[in-house]
Amino acid sequence: MARPGYSATYVLDFEQPIIEIEKQIDHLADGAQADRFANEIRALEETRSSLLSKTYASLSPWQTVRVARHPHRPQTSDYIQLMCRDFCELHGDRRFGDDPAIITGFARIGSMKVMLIGHQKGKTVAEKVACHFGCAHPEGYRKALLKMKLAEKFGLPIVTLVDTPGAYPGVGSEQRGQAQAIAENLFEMSRLRTPVVSVVIGEGGSGGALGIAVGDRVGMLEHAWYSVISPEGCAAILWKEANETTNNRAAEALALTARRNLENGLIDDVIPEPPGGAHRDPRGAADRVQAWILDRIRELQRINPETLVRQRYEKFRAMGALSRKIG
Amino acid sequence: MNASSQTSGPSAAESAPPPVATAADLSAEANASASVETETKKGVPEGLWIKCPGCAEMEFKKRVEQNLMVCPRCQHHMRVSAARRIEQLLDPGSFDRFNADMAPADPLGFIDTKPYLDRIRDTQKKTGENDAMQTGYGFVKGRRVVLACMDFTFFGGSMGSVVGEKITQAIERAMEKNLPLIIVSCSGGARMQESGYSLMQMAKTSAALARFHEAGGLYISVLADPTTGGVTASFAMLGDVIFAEPKALIGFAGPRVIAQTIRQELPDGFQTSEFLLESGFVDRIVHRKDLRSEISRVIDYANK
Repeated sequence: MARPGYSATYVLDFEQPIIEIEKQIDHLADGAQADRFANEIRALEETRSSLLSKTYASLSPWQTVRVARHPHRPQTSDYIQLMCRDFCELHGDRRFGDDPAIITGFARIGSMKVMLIGHQKGKTVAEKVACHFGCAHPEGYRKALLKMKLAEKFGLPIVTLVDTPGAYPGVGSEQRGQAQAIAENLFEMSRLRTPVVSVVIGEGGSGGALGIAVGDRVGMLEHAWYSVISPEGCAAILWKEANETTNNRAAEALALTARRNLENGLIDDVIPEPPGGAHRDPRGAADRVQAWILDRIRELQRINPETLVRQRYEKFRAMGALSRKIG
Repeated sequence: MNASSQTSGPSAAESAPPPVATAADLSAEANASASVETETKKGVPEGLWIKCPGCAEMEFKKRVEQNLMVCPRCQHHMRVSAARRIEQLLDPGSFDRFNADMAPADPLGFIDTKPYLDRIRDTQKKTGENDAMQTGYGFVKGRRVVLACMDFTFFGGSMGSVVGEKITQAIERAMEKNLPLIIVSCSGGARMQESGYSLMQMAKTSAALARFHEAGGLYISVLADPTTGGVTASFAMLGDVIFAEPKALIGFAGPRVIAQTIRQELPDGFQTSEFLLESGFVDRIVHRKDLRSEISRVIDYANK
């Protein structure tokens, strides 16, 4: 049996040395003579934890993307379980259907009542298929907006958790206005008269992510990614082929990591993850996310709605990089 | 469908399950072959004849130009540059351009097989434009408007910081002067080379339109072939009234991305103006020759 925080069932290649050490520890600790090897185990555990910290402190952008997609990485449903009490799920967009790829509902986080909205990728195969691996349809974005307006009406702060490879590209989604649904969310979110805080917990894939992320404060977990396109999509177009080498280059070029997005002023905070990433310690990750959310909401609740909306507008209004040329 | 095969790019879905819809996947491949099919590039001798991409017939170029770049035989609406579009829409000589000198920076130092800045310089040289958008004041049948036209010849009309900023300033000026706003979209989507900056232009322009809406402003969105990705998913779909030219490709994801995702053939006429009209996402399909009068009509009904 894997020890707490050990991640033996799905191994990223750059974690292999860590996994080898974990196997040795397991081997020694599970034997009948575990006591005799106490010192060895302790030494190995120290090696493991320093190697883990070192590896995760220097992930390349492409490695970061792969951590962000780790199948054991906590999803919205995990954060709801770990962070919220009395979650009251609300379904449906009252127009077409209920998209399981976006979960919405009332929730209590600490002492605060909020509207929680988050992409859901799915845990089991059946759930993944139903959620289209976190790719929402227009009804998902419309459901999110409907619940945001509900929150606005009753003065509840809105918390959004972003985790999507992108909005779903399909016949039905186009027919039902994928682009219109996202556009309307951007339009309406910019003028919600209640605090909006967003956390990119895993993948921040383009318009599908932004569609629920027009926040007063936008944070990213340390190993999440957020960009206009996935590295593979970018590689396939600009390098004509997506492979290990071009994916690496595209991930680097797109400046998609939390740190780069913060440097570029496109997000407000980087939320540190537990050693070795959120997938090793979902509880630790949820605690950090929760603390960040509560701090930001408290700060935003002191601002009157007019100022709040104006400051949100000004924040996004200022984004861009220009030069002047006599044309 | 001709238009779709020219504008769809290879997608992330090829290599990475789950499928990824990106705002950018159309724009880049448009960059690779940034040319308007019907207009001669500089340096190439001007032809007297052009081949219609719709019916593949050769037609006398002058005649097509006089017909607003619409094929006189099959009525195929060919792509036009921003400059030509402005000429077609506004009363002669009434265009008063602003922000012409706004040019892209390279905030990320983006390099693929070639540095972004080099690509920009090449395109600037070729087109004589600084980026993929022209904005200004003008008159449509005597009615003063703010007009923004995207230019597909420049980086596939992709939206980076310059396009986002120019649109936002056009909205702000329309609001300040209480003028109708007309945006003609023609774009592959968000510009990859500015990554997160491009993405945020979607939020920025949509937020500016929300303010304009609250101020009672009239925004007429005109969708031309192609309008896809992050442009469709922001300002293009937010018009008070949305017009589309006939048979334009309009959508969020590119047709090839979708075909790869669902692994089956797309229905006939999928993601055309007619398809959007039928599904309820555009108000009217308007022939290019009628755009001026239709715009004027709406301005009058809105009492602007």
